[in-house]
Amino acid sequence: MSSIQQELVNIVGEDYASDRREELFTYSKDLGTSQPLWPEYVVAPKTTDELQAVVRLANETKTPIVPLGGGLTLAGLALPQKGGIIIDLKRMDKILEVNEQGRYIVVEAGISHGKITSYLKKNHPNLMHSEPGAPPAATVGGNLAIHGQGDLAHPYGFNTDMVNGLEVVLPTGDIARFGSCAVGSGWYTMHPLPDIGLFLGWNGATGIITKVSLKLYPCKKFRENNMFVVENEEFVPDVLFEISHLGMAEDLIATSSEIPPMMNRLHYISIINTGDSEEELEFKRHMTFDVQLAKYIRSGVGGIVSLYDERTRPQVSKSADWKKGGGFEYVGAIVPVSFYPECYRRGSEISGRHFIPYTVLGRVIGSCHSMMFSWSYAFNRADDATVKHARDALHETDELVMEINGTIWKPAIFGQKLMLERMDQGALRLMKEVKKILDPNGIMNPGNWEVD
Amino acid sequence: MYELKFDPDLCMACDTQDCLVKCQHMDIDQETARTEILKLADGEDSFVLRDCVTCYACEEYCPNGNHPFYLIVKMQEELGMLPLPDPLVKSGVQVGIPFRGEPVIDEMEGTVLNMGVFSPLLGRVEGSKLFEGLPVISHDSRKMFHYFCQLMYLHYGKTSVINERLDGIIQTLASHGAKEIVHFHDECYGTYTSYAPAFGIEVPFKSIHLFEFLYNRLLELKDEIRPLGYKVVYQRPCSSRLSSDKHPFVAKIFDLIGVEYMDREYKDENAMCCGATILGQKKEGSRVYCAEIQKKNIDDMKKAGGQICVFNCPACMQTLGMPVSKAGIMPLFMSDLCRLAIGEKVG
Ligand SMILES: Cc1cc2nc3c(=O)[nH]c(=O)nc-3n(C[C@H](O)[C@H](O)[C@H](O)COP(=O)(O)OP(=O)(O)OC[C@H]3O[C@@H](n4cnc5c(N)ncnc54)[C@H](O)[C@@H]3O)c2cc1C
Ligand code: SF4
Ligand code: SF4
Repeated sequence: MSSIQQELVNIVGEDYASDRREELFTYSKDLGTSQPLWPEYVVAPKTTDELQAVVRLANETKTPIVPLGGGLTLAGLALPQKGGIIIDLKRMDKILEVNEQGRYIVVEAGISHGKITSYLKKNHPNLMHSEPGAPPAATVGGNLAIHGQGDLAHPYGFNTDMVNGLEVVLPTGDIARFGSCAVGSGWYTMHPLPDIGLFLGWNGATGIITKVSLKLYPCKKFRENNMFVVENEEFVPDVLFEISHLGMAEDLIATSSEIPPMMNRLHYISIINTGDSEEELEFKRHMTFDVQLAKYIRSGVGGIVSLYDERTRPQVSKSADWKKGGGFEYVGAIVPVSFYPECYRRGSEISGRHFIPYTVLGRVIGSCHSMMFSWSYAFNRADDATVKHARDALHETDELVMEINGTIWKPAIFGQKLMLERMDQGALRLMKEVKKILDPNGIMNPGNWEVD
Repeated sequence: MYELKFDPDLCMACDTQDCLVKCQHMDIDQETARTEILKLADGEDSFVLRDCVTCYACEEYCPNGNHPFYLIVKMQEELGMLPLPDPLVKSGVQVGIPFRGEPVIDEMEGTVLNMGVFSPLLGRVEGSKLFEGLPVISHDSRKMFHYFCQLMYLHYGKTSVINERLDGIIQTLASHGAKEIVHFHDECYGTYTSYAPAFGIEVPFKSIHLFEFLYNRLLELKDEIRPLGYKVVYQRPCSSRLSSDKHPFVAKIFDLIGVEYMDREYKDENAMCCGATILGQKKEGSRVYCAEIQKKNIDDMKKAGGQICVFNCPACMQTLGMPVSKAGIMPLFMSDLCRLAIGEKVG
């Protein structure tokens, strides 16, 4: 047994540290198109103390570490680019506090979104958090580390805008807290303390998020998916604008895909309305369709597809893989809502070139402040040629995002390089300094957001 | 090209004009009805084309078998007055395009069951004594659009799509070799026994209505029937307007399985449509009108004292199932109710 493995066993116990090939195998892949990358060790701490000890060991021995949540980002972000230790955080999943009236929940960052949803449903049915459309095993820490967005994005923005307090283990193994919890007065706000903002969106390259206070929001008794359709993609931004003017929809998503044929070259806008009573829902339907969207219906260029459909949470995308090849990966971009038509047109061209039925989706973030637009590329895991097509399509899409002046969301290493090439020099210098100060040995998820 | 057989002479001689006079969605006197239907028969515009909610009912109201509804739909298309917004039409037309390979044509003989586009509901049929010995034409829900009767496009004002595709669907069904086909959905039954003959489209197999089949099967299983004793109301779908001669089987089945068929305003010829296609129509106020008639329909079910609402059509079930159950009435397919009566469990 190597000395690092022995040390890891000493910290977490024999069952939770491994350097065995069959166990490392699972951690060498994710669900996307990335080639396997092998770690040397995997460790699953249960407590912050254990985690700190692991990080200290890594820092002393200059061993790379890669934090891992659900491993569901698809873009190779939690694969060990430079070997080292994968720290699987899923055992750090406690719910520490729920403040019902203050509407927040404090959790360990390895907790899955699914666990929070089911806990709240059972114990606080009038509260909810913003759950990403990912499979329920996605963790809070992993999602914040990539600036995720969930099903409350339309009213409240990015999931990282919903953080009320943060605890982080730094690359040295030290702990730091941010927000009101930093001055010992509880986990109820991030402001008005000096802004640090060094950990969200960094893919774990500056530290490991261990505790989070998440804002909770009113959870209405009934939730329904109302679907509207237009053919001309140029109408989509305005339809979204009109609906967001009402400020009532809980989630607002436009999609189009080649398969099934009923979605081909059409744009379906899913409007999630909620209410505690039929009267509240009917008022929202009325304002949405009889007032705000009436001009589209009357002129025959937009129509109500369905109303009242039940919407279950989380809303996991199954749409990308109609061909049933088992794999898909997507490029996401944060773009203005007005970019929808061009993103759709150019994306479907890329898909066409790579023989992949196109699948695109745009989720409104805030009151049309921006949109997460995704281009999904399905592939057949058993067919290398289709994997290559998907990989090439992803790279072309990253380049497209740059060309149209978008911002790639949770970019893979390829996309990160494109973003860093264009980064404002001042910001780049600051990122470099921050990274040098926080992580002098360059052990934190190396390869990600590398500023050199 | 297939041509609708519509005889204006029958309208000239008609002394009721029931087609439009009885319409639940327009208030039309007999004189106007005569003028408007003859205008349509002459290829001219009429307000009927704009105000029709495509409920199919006039097809049943006409005592002379003269296909007024098919005429309305044909004229809506010819005069470019489709009832739905363009993207809904496009999406509807594209729904029926098969996209998961070709069907597997198994050779069959005798009488078989066609699920049409509802093969995802096969679980309600397979393993039941009611359907024992009745081979299913296609089990594969990925292939369901090869068996889609296309009649839904009447709601879209798209006779041309039906006429373009129907022959191929008939060929696929026929190529299995069965001489008699029981159709799970009575819209399929209406397609092959009403629409196809009205347009001169040849159908080389005999169609059997599901309710007639169920009734005869229940007679065979009579000893196993345990009267259910429920009070039931029935949601008659639009497509039943094409097979009104089979409607008496509803009462006969209820009688046989010992349920009380509750009297209601929207019953038999006066049935009220589920509203599914009204919802999206481009006419001002369609959404509200749809909600209103759905409410009227469900209030009527409650007033009639129904414990169970029996559905014939899966689309009605999809549209009304949830609000019906919220109103405290259990929605059930007719076949499931029959299964309960012979002691089977339904999921
Ligand atoms: C079908 C599908 C739908 C999706 N829909 C959405 C969606 O609607 N919205 C959305 O936001 N995302 C979506 N995703 C993307 C992704 O799954 C989620 O963002 C998910 O929340 C990521 O969390 P994770 O735990 O899987 O992260 P991981 O993949 O494990 O990690 C993500 C990154 O964060 C780092 N990291 C992990 N934990 C920590 C930590 N505690 N501290 C610091 N760094 C850490 C990792 O090293 C990695 O770089 C979707 C994915 C799929 C497969
Ligand atoms: S369609 Fe029928 S009911 Fe209407 S006028 Fe003609 S014959 Fe009479
Ligand atoms: S289809 Fe219905 S709404 Fe249209 S004219 Fe006939 S009865 Fe009236």
